[in-house]
Parts: sequence; structure tokens; C-alpha cells
Amino acid sequence: MVPNALGRLIPEEIDGKKLKPFMGAHAGHGGGRKAAPPIRAVPDYAKKLRASLDETIDACGIKDGMTISFHHHLRNGDYVVNMVVDKLAERGLKDLTLVPSALFPIHEPLIGHIENGVISHIEGSMNGPVGRACSLGKISKACILRSHGGRYRAIQDGDIQIDVAFIAAPAADHFGNCNGHSGPSACGVMGYALADSLYADKTVVLTDNLQPFPVFPWVIRGGNVDHVCTVEKIGDPELIISGTTRITRSPTRQLIAEYAARFVRDIGMLDEPDFSFQSGAGGISLAFLKYLGDIMREKGVVARFARGGSNRYLVDMLEEGLIEYILDGQCFDLAGVRSLRENPRHLETDPFTSYCYHTKGNFAPMVKVGILGATEIDIDFNVNVNTHTDGWLLHGIGGFTDVTDSQITMITAPLLRGRLPVITDSVTTVTAPGEVIDVLVTERGIAVNPAREDILARLKGSDLPVRTIGELRDMAVSLSGVPEKPEYEDRVVALIEWRDGTVIDTVRQLKVQA
Amino acid sequence: MSDSVQTRAGREGKKGDLAVRLTGKDAGGIEISIESSVGHMFSRQIEKTARETLNSLGIENCEIAIDDMGAFDYVIMARIEAAARRLRKIDGPGCLPGRKVDYGPPRRERLRRTRLYMPGNNPDLMRNGGLYGADSVILDLEDSVSPGEKDAARILVRNTLLSIDYFDCERIVRINPLSTEYGADDLEMVVPHGVDTILVPKCESAEDVKTVDKIITGLEKKHSLGYEILIMPLIETAKGILNAYETGSASDRVVALCFGAEDFTADIGAERTKEGTESFAARSMLVLGAKAAGVQVIDTVFSDVQDEEGLIENTKEAMALGFEGKGVIHPAQIAPIHAVFSPAPERIEYAKKVVAAIEKARSEGSGVATIGSKMIDAPIETRARKILRLAEALGLLEEENKELNAKTGGGS
Repeated sequence: MVPNALGRLIPEEIDGKKLKPFMGAHAGHGGGRKAAPPIRAVPDYAKKLRASLDETIDACGIKDGMTISFHHHLRNGDYVVNMVVDKLAERGLKDLTLVPSALFPIHEPLIGHIENGVISHIEGSMNGPVGRACSLGKISKACILRSHGGRYRAIQDGDIQIDVAFIAAPAADHFGNCNGHSGPSACGVMGYALADSLYADKTVVLTDNLQPFPVFPWVIRGGNVDHVCTVEKIGDPELIISGTTRITRSPTRQLIAEYAARFVRDIGMLDEPDFSFQSGAGGISLAFLKYLGDIMREKGVVARFARGGSNRYLVDMLEEGLIEYILDGQCFDLAGVRSLRENPRHLETDPFTSYCYHTKGNFAPMVKVGILGATEIDIDFNVNVNTHTDGWLLHGIGGFTDVTDSQITMITAPLLRGRLPVITDSVTTVTAPGEVIDVLVTERGIAVNPAREDILARLKGSDLPVRTIGELRDMAVSLSGVPEKPEYEDRVVALIEWRDGTVIDTVRQLKVQA
Repeated sequence: MSDSVQTRAGREGKKGDLAVRLTGKDAGGIEISIESSVGHMFSRQIEKTARETLNSLGIENCEIAIDDMGAFDYVIMARIEAAARRLRKIDGPGCLPGRKVDYGPPRRERLRRTRLYMPGNNPDLMRNGGLYGADSVILDLEDSVSPGEKDAARILVRNTLLSIDYFDCERIVRINPLSTEYGADDLEMVVPHGVDTILVPKCESAEDVKTVDKIITGLEKKHSLGYEILIMPLIETAKGILNAYETGSASDRVVALCFGAEDFTADIGAERTKEGTESFAARSMLVLGAKAAGVQVIDTVFSDVQDEEGLIENTKEAMALGFEGKGVIHPAQIAPIHAVFSPAPERIEYAKKVVAAIEKARSEGSGVATIGSKMIDAPIETRARKILRLAEALGLLEEENKELNAKTGGGS
């Protein structure tokens, strides 16, 4: 074990692979050459349509120990991951590596395949039950968690070599062109699957909505697809996209959102040209949009762009003219999907044209303010979004570390969630280092990273409750007490990768009380 | 004590609360079992708190089962104390959490534009009540607490007063009427522990206020408080309206008369409407009674939390009648009400002109000040100074204007 730049101990090697310890948020500069898929001539290039999933798998030649990938735009409504892995298990395949961009509670059946040795390794976000299985040490190799941009980097840089990519497509033609704009399982943006289609040895499109050639826009291009197969259903529309996202009703969370919007106003950001922002789809983020919209209307400010996660509140702002463009990474509700399909100012992006650190397309530094949630933040402003204070691995990174390249990165979180303080002396797991986190907004005050003297200066004259993060911590702990630390086994069950491919922290197996 | 005696307290499965089951024993010490949503991180602390609470209540032998949903220590203490008091008589003050904040004595003079009601048996709602910018918070022991929980709620409210920082908010407790079996116990429990003001419901006469005053005076002496707790009578009957002036004048502790529309309309046998026609005369009379008695006057709550426009209209009407504040049942109502009660910039400007003209006239030895052709008489000056004081309290004045107001506002 060696300490990285944050002092977290990182194994020098794991499962036979050498690890690079985190060196600092912007210390890595790329280098080397991109990986590349094999060159393939397909004489029957117009005959990609396979009769069944079995025939498709035969055509791909999947063997023990291979790496297969999935995207997560169908989220908790996705049928494809379970369908494919069940089929691979049925065929007796073992020791597979799964590279999903994210897994959700609907993927709980994978745990059986993990226990039976069908899956021995996962590189991807694990939200919920599969994360819990990882915490219990059930997955034989150490999992790797990356941000969306970080996953793209790993594929491009050759850290991940995908044998077969399975792409769930809400609308596709027999040539493999596909998008998520329409069909019974429409999910809107499909950008997270692009890298898989470009770099995998074999790419399979699975659809429940086969359309005549050509399907356009071809977010995934037929030119990168080997096989197309229809299945009865790729997902449950009710669970893919919520009918409507909702603003939080909690007065405390509304207060946090209001403080966040007033912060943006009070530091004078709205008086500068070309305002832009990113805010997620959680309750506080949506309420932030409401308060921000009120302030923008009052001041007559129009944002040049907003980075999505799109949702109906963001779409309302676009349609009202408060935002000129939405640059979307994923759609969270039906309004987002509709707007993407119909509004030419609602643009579909993928991490190569937005948030991947090892590309020329990383526009995160152009975003003026990024608003993010967290499970923990410590007095050095290090942030944890992966594990809970009790040590369970329950969340992926999502776009979190990619967004931290915004000009101001703001964390919004209740100071106390029930009895649990959000501020700790040292986060359970570091997802992002304090050097990229600028502001914490809670219901009991706002703390600015002392390194950002410029922000503190711009806040002079604001009537927001500005405090130090230590004061906020004391305020919380005086009510809650200090939670006991979880107990761990020695084994490292997951690695948290920083954007540049270095390891910022590890997650250890939980000691479970009998 | 027999083995079979078992009591319960708290609310099962409610966020920020806990359910306690306490079984009395003759011997065997304290046996604790804990289920908690945050058990991994806090079970040791919960057990420690439970033991200390039972010890300080003098309970040496019992079985206690705790089903916790992330409650803070002061809530755990309150629920255990409630269960213990249901089990047997407890002598002494109970198990008090250490006082977290020292607020100083209650302040008579203050803005009371908004008073946020919070149910006194709900720890999760009371905890953040001070964050939303209301001028006052009301921890309610009356209508929001069912008869079977009155005893538990008053312990929780006491512990909340000692533990939670309400910043600059006035801390009001609404007690039960003294005509019920609960009122006197409510006072005994909360008066010594950091309440600013007692909101007395169903006040109908000077006698009602005097009774409360007498009990408070006794408690202040007993606990050597060294400051005076304030009283806010809630007028919600026809008789109460007719006696408003006497009620407002009954004690020096009275700072404001408040109107309660729901009970009032029931009392006169009318339906409560959005327009409030049925209580128009009563509200006007209450304003007259309060002003004659020299105290503030505060209007009832607006019940439709979703209807912000209706709230604003209703508040404007209250202000036009002479009310200085409203009750609030949701934090979202606070900002709109404050906006209505904030003087408009043109009124502030005019008030500044009035005061400047008077200052000029006085400095020139003239008894008569004018703006344009209009003479400024005493009531205009009084109103102007009141607007400037309010504007200053709300931070609406520039520095030089504050000086102007300080120079001229106080004595004259």
C-alpha cells in the first residue's frame, strides 16, 4: 500500500494490475495513443439482423473470461442487462467482466450470477443491491468505479477492452443506426453508449422498436454495429423515465435551494456575460432551478446554456427563453425526452463532446457553476458520493467528478439527514478531492473553501449565512453526536478512480456483525 | 411495582422520532434492547443516553425496548421520560438536556409579522423551525396534539427549547387552556426552560390572563428566572372579542392580541370563508381593543398553503385593518407575508421627506412644517417615524438614513 496525494492508502497492484495513485486533480495530462478496435470487413454488411439473442451470442463468439458492456439510459427500467447475462449463464459461461455504465436495483438478479461465478468482475457504477454485494466481498475481483467521463477515458485509453458491447436501443434500423428519441422504451439521450460502439470488438444493438432504414438521428451509427436483434421489450417505460420529476416539498431542502440560487446571484455571476450552469434532477437541484429562474427573470438574465440531466423544469426554462441551449447528457423525465426530440436548441451530447478529461471535447471548465449532491463532505472539502457513513457502497459516481471542472463547484446537502451529519472530519470514501470543491450550501449556512478567497471576497455584502465548514460541522455534531466508524475486513473490494485513471481511494469489505 | 406494568411513548416509524416500551421490574437492573435506523453508527450512544435518562429519573430496574428512527438525544430523553412518567410518579424536574443556547430575556418590542406554528409532538418539524426567517415560532401543545399525547408533547417541547437554536426567533409556546386539565402542567413544564412568550388560547376575559400571569409569576420566583415571560392572548370567541381591551390591559406581560378565525366562526355559528366577511367586524374590534390597550395585534392563519395569491390578498387586507402580523402554518408563507408588511420604497421616501421637513421646521424655530402645500401634523409625523423604524429594522435604509432616523426618531 502506498499513500496517494490525499494520504489515502492505495494498493500498488490489484488482481495482477498495477495501480497509479492519485497525484492531484489536474496532475495527469494523458499521453500515449488511443486504443482502437480491430478492422473488420463485412461482406454481407447489409445483413446484420439476427433471428434471436442466441444466434446473436453465437455470432459474437462470447467465451469464458470475456468483457461485455452495457449502457444505463434505461436506468431502473432496464431489461437488457438481466436478459443478456441470464442467457450467458444459461450457456454455462463463467468469469465474465461486466462493464455497465451503471447498475440499478432492477439488476439485483446479477447477484446470483456473481455467486455462481458467471460474473467475476464489474467495472461500473453500482447503485443499490449490487453495490451492497460488493461491500460484502461477493465479487471476486476488485470493482472499479468511474465517472461517466472516466469510463469513456478508460475505454479510449485502453484500460478497458470491451469484447462485446450490448446496446439497448429504443429505436433502431436493421443496419444498427439507433437513438433513444422514440418508441415504447424511449429514454431520450443515449450518449453513454457511444464509446462502447466505437471501441468494442463487437457491437450488438438490441431493440424492441425496429424501424425501416435509415433511423435518424443516428446517435449510435450503423457503421459501428455488427449485429442487430429484436427482443420483446428492452425495458419498462414506467421505470425508465419518471412521468414527471418533482421539486422537493421539504421546506429545509427548499431553503438549501434558495440559498444556492441567492449565492449565484450574490457573487455577481449573473451580471457577467454567457452564464451557464449544471444542476441535477434531485429534489434540491430542481428547486434550485425554480429559485434561479425567478432571479434570472427579475434580472432579465438569459443563460447561454445549461448542461443537462434534462427535466421538465429545465425544459420550461428553455421554452420560456431563460436558457438558449440545453446540452444534454441524459433525460430524467418525459418532458426532457419530448424536448430533445422536438427542440433544435436541446442538444444531445456524449462524454467525448462534454465531460471526458482525456479528450479535446471536455467543456466542463466552460460551465460557470455546477450544483451537486453528496453523501458526505469533510472539513478539507473532500467529497464522498459512493459510500454511506456506515461503509456500504451504494452509489456510482455518475457525472460527479466530471462536473467538478466547473468554474464554481457547489455541493448542496442537508447538514443533518435524520441524525446523520453530512460533514465529517474525514470522509468515509473520497470521490473528489477538496481542491475541486468550492462551496457547501446547507440549511444552516454556506461554507466556502478557504482556498477560494475570490469567492469569499465576492460574497462581501451578501446577507447569506456564511460560516466556516468547521462551524457547520460543530453545529451538526452538537446535536447528533459523532457517528461510530464502520469496521472493515482487510480486503479491498472496489477502487474509486479519479478522472485521469489514478486511484483516489479504495472501498474495503465490511465486517458484518453476526 | 409489578412486572406486568408496561408503558409506551413516542411515535413508531416516524422519522426523527422513536417508540419506547418500558416495563417496570422489582429487580435485575436495566435491560435495554435497541432497534435503530442508524444503529450501526449510534447504538452505543443511544444506549448511553437511555441509561443516563433512566438513572436521573430514579428508575433502577426495568426492561426498555427502543425502536428508533434517527432521533436526536434530546428526543430520546423526552420519550423515555414520558414513558417513565406514565409508569410512575417522578419527583423533581425530570431529565433535562443541557441548555445549548443562551438567548437572554424575552424582548417585548419586536417585529411579529410571522409566527410559524409547529406541532409540539413532532420533533422532526420543530427542529428546523428557526431556519425559515419567521419572526416567531410557536411550539404548539394545543390543537395539534391529541389528548393522549399532551403529557409527552410538553416534555418534548421543553427539551426542544433547551436543545434547538431558534436564532433570533421569538420562542412561543401555545399551552392548553387553563380550563383544561393540561394548561397548568404545560406552564410548569415550559416556563423555566427558555420560552419567551406564552400563547394562551381561548382567552375570553382579563381574568383568563390574570390567572396565567399569576402562575407564571409563581414559577418565575420558584425558579429565580430573573426576567419576565410575555403573554400573547389568543382571542377566538365572540365574548373574547367584546372583552379585547380589558384582556389586552390585564397584565404588563401582554405584548399582542391574536385572532383565531377557526374557533371564532364556529363560536358565532358561521362558515369560515376565504373573504372572511363573517369575521370582519370582529377583527376590526380586535384591532381597536389591542390599540387601545397599547399592544400589537396579529391576524389569524391563512389555511390554503398552495394559494400564494390568496395569502397575499388576505395579508394586504389584514394590514389595511391595522394588523401587524399573521399566523403561518408553512414556511413557504413567510416570505410573501414579509413582503406585504415591508414598506414600499415610495412610502419610505415620503416618510423621509416628512421627517426632514419637520426637522428643518424645528431647527428654524417654526412650529409648522409643510411638504409642498400640505401641512404635516402630528399623526403624519408619527406614522412616518413608524415606517422609518420598520424600514430600519428590515435593513431597508441606507447608512445616512439610519443616522437621520437615530437622530430624530427616539425622543420627540
